[in-house]
Amino acid sequence: MSRPTVTASARGLIACHVCGLVSRPPEGALYLRCPRCDAPLHGRIPRSLSRTWAFLVAAAMLYLPANLLPIMHVTQFGQMRSDTIWSGAEYLLAHGMWPLALIVFVASVLIPLVKIAILVLLLVSVQVHVQARPMDRLRLYRFTEFVGRWSMVDVFVVTVLVALVHLGKVAEIEAGLGAVFFAGVVVLTMLAARTFDPRLIWDNLSHDVESTANRR
Amino acid sequence: MANALPHHHDLVACHECDLLQRLPADRARGRVRCRRCGCVLHHQGRDVVSTPLALGFTALVLFVLSNVYPLMDFGLQGQRDSTYLLAGIRELYAQGMPVLASTVLFTTVIAPALHITLLIYLYLPLSLGRRPPAFVAALRLTQAIIPWSMLEIFLLGVLVASVKLAEQATIVAGPAAWSLGLLVIVLAAAATQVHPHRLWDLIA
Repeated sequence: MSRPTVTASARGLIACHVCGLVSRPPEGALYLRCPRCDAPLHGRIPRSLSRTWAFLVAAAMLYLPANLLPIMHVTQFGQMRSDTIWSGAEYLLAHGMWPLALIVFVASVLIPLVKIAILVLLLVSVQVHVQARPMDRLRLYRFTEFVGRWSMVDVFVVTVLVALVHLGKVAEIEAGLGAVFFAGVVVLTMLAARTFDPRLIWDNLSHDVESTANRR
Repeated sequence: MANALPHHHDLVACHECDLLQRLPADRARGRVRCRRCGCVLHHQGRDVVSTPLALGFTALVLFVLSNVYPLMDFGLQGQRDSTYLLAGIRELYAQGMPVLASTVLFTTVIAPALHITLLIYLYLPLSLGRRPPAFVAALRLTQAIIPWSMLEIFLLGVLVASVKLAEQATIVAGPAAWSLGLLVIVLAAAATQVHPHRLWDLIA
């Protein structure tokens, strides 16, 4: 860390997000293209903060019905039982399958909540210009980006069960509305993580007139 | 390209913290990491073109097997049934869940298929020394599609579902379960092989 730390934006440079070429846009230009690969150039993901907020708010709204509505209906010998995300994990636990209960609980209940919380924390920290612990915040971002997709596991469990169990009168499994909302939560939080630009975390560090002027 | 902006071939800006830095001139095999945040800036691996191409063709074979052969056999009270990857999606659709069915279709069939197609589309012409048409668009699409291909998560779902049913039913993994397992590994390897920067060095 002995060498000086200069960001591309502080130097008025932009790296292409497709081919990586670093180029210098002219002052005041609005619509730029990469000189090498012709992709649109942005210093930062455009409107990153407001788009991430929008996806997060939408995800939070779907979170409640996703957890309260049943994700599937099981009919066996004429009796119907409805399972929510919670009762699905409880069922596994009650039948002594705690490693699977843990997987379902972590992937379906914990991860979506933690993910929304982390992204809110990152957004607020960028918006109030927090300078502390950028590396830790970047680690949180990497964590959400890596782990978010795994919440989809319950949707796939329902798909497989529905495919396997259609034996007419003996047993039948139907997908519930909760599964739709749940898939929505996963997709929206994934989109939220992808529209958040982690470089914004570091922009606060060199928060001077020059770097602000060059942020595009 | 016309009216080219001034640019710097020797510099890279970290895509996670924007730190400007120079790649070392003598890049041996291995990774160059960002000085500040440690993310991988540059990857000098084996051949940039033939490894991804080989992975693409392997994935294609495994993908076809995974969709043609049964995923698992299911037996309950004398009734036997085998199921396929696409059967669950069709069943969800039939139950009046088109949104759910499309989400599953996209993440377990369309996205992996697109990933595989793009691998071959990009790297087959490159291996013959040609630049494929719409090269940039294909490259961008590859980068965008990878997180939405969720076969590894689907496989975990298969496991959870089988264990749930194992008390009451007999479940045997079919050929597609094994080929899916291999496909997950091959596609993960291919995902680490996307190095747009190096492809550009090759083409320029």
